[in-house]
Amino acid sequence: MALDAFDRALIAATQAGLPLVARPYDAVGAALGVSGERVRQRLGEMLETGLIRRVGAVPHHYKLGFTANGMSVWDVADAEVDALARQVALLPGVSHCYLRPRSLPVWPYNLFAMLHGRSRDEVSEQATHIAQLLGAHCRQHDILYSSAVLKKTGLRLKED
Amino acid sequence: MPSVEDLRLMAYLHGGFPLVDEPYAAVAQALGTTEQDVLQRLQRLLNEGYLTRFGPLFQIERAGGQFVLAALSAPEAQWDGVAAQVNALPEVAHNYRREHALNMWFVVAAESPALARQVLQRIEDTTGLKVHAFPKEREYRVELRLPLLPPGVTLPPPLEVPHGAGCV
Repeated sequence: MALDAFDRALIAATQAGLPLVARPYDAVGAALGVSGERVRQRLGEMLETGLIRRVGAVPHHYKLGFTANGMSVWDVADAEVDALARQVALLPGVSHCYLRPRSLPVWPYNLFAMLHGRSRDEVSEQATHIAQLLGAHCRQHDILYSSAVLKKTGLRLKED
Repeated sequence: MPSVEDLRLMAYLHGGFPLVDEPYAAVAQALGTTEQDVLQRLQRLLNEGYLTRFGPLFQIERAGGQFVLAALSAPEAQWDGVAAQVNALPEVAHNYRREHALNMWFVVAAESPALARQVLQRIEDTTGLKVHAFPKEREYRVELRLPLLPPGVTLPPPLEVPHGAGCV
């Protein structure tokens, strides 16, 4: 799905957030010179094709007390990893669960699951559940806690 | 800290937002409050930083873009300089210090895989450090649903989010 000029303008106008006014789609449309109906229609199509995951609120997990964030990484047998990862992804506290390439010899892990909790104890408890689920199919694992946020901006699409 | 009503609104809006003329009014009706209350509460939660954002979350990979997780091992003596070199690139969307031999983890968000490769190469060239790239091969989950609500507090069912042409 290639972005046309209208798509790019629509993304640029909304990527920082939807206006907090009674008729937000009309307000976006007014800024872009189209109707609110056109805005809603295109956003609906983008939702359907997956270009928009969802329209919603992004809580600041750290400010809400979820101050322990660990990137748990697992070295799981290739033949089993897909089926097991689907189960890992459903556990509470798990976000951003991905299969990624190993980078041997420094990095033996192929399954990444971000874990979030109110304390490191809570996160390590989540990791214990994952370890139980993976059982003998997992050769080794680690949890990398973040000790500082150096940058956090997200993707910013420039308008052409 | 946010009140129970704040948490209810945040948890409810996490699930989706309707594509209708007056969506805040629809949310207010579902939660048993007023449109004014929803708008003011949202504005305050954004101002106070409990929400980082409210709006469409774009998955730019569906339009040809690529996100690549990458890591390098920065010697402590060079830490600040390396962090500055990495952060200076606009395509670096996130960067975290992590407790590991690979101690700097960042995400390159680029509008094409070719651009992502160029950015990773540039980081190797400017820092003189080996960059390990971990592009995702499969995605199992991409969002966090925090258990925000205290025990016993419930939410109404999510609002119908009309799709595609059906929303006009």
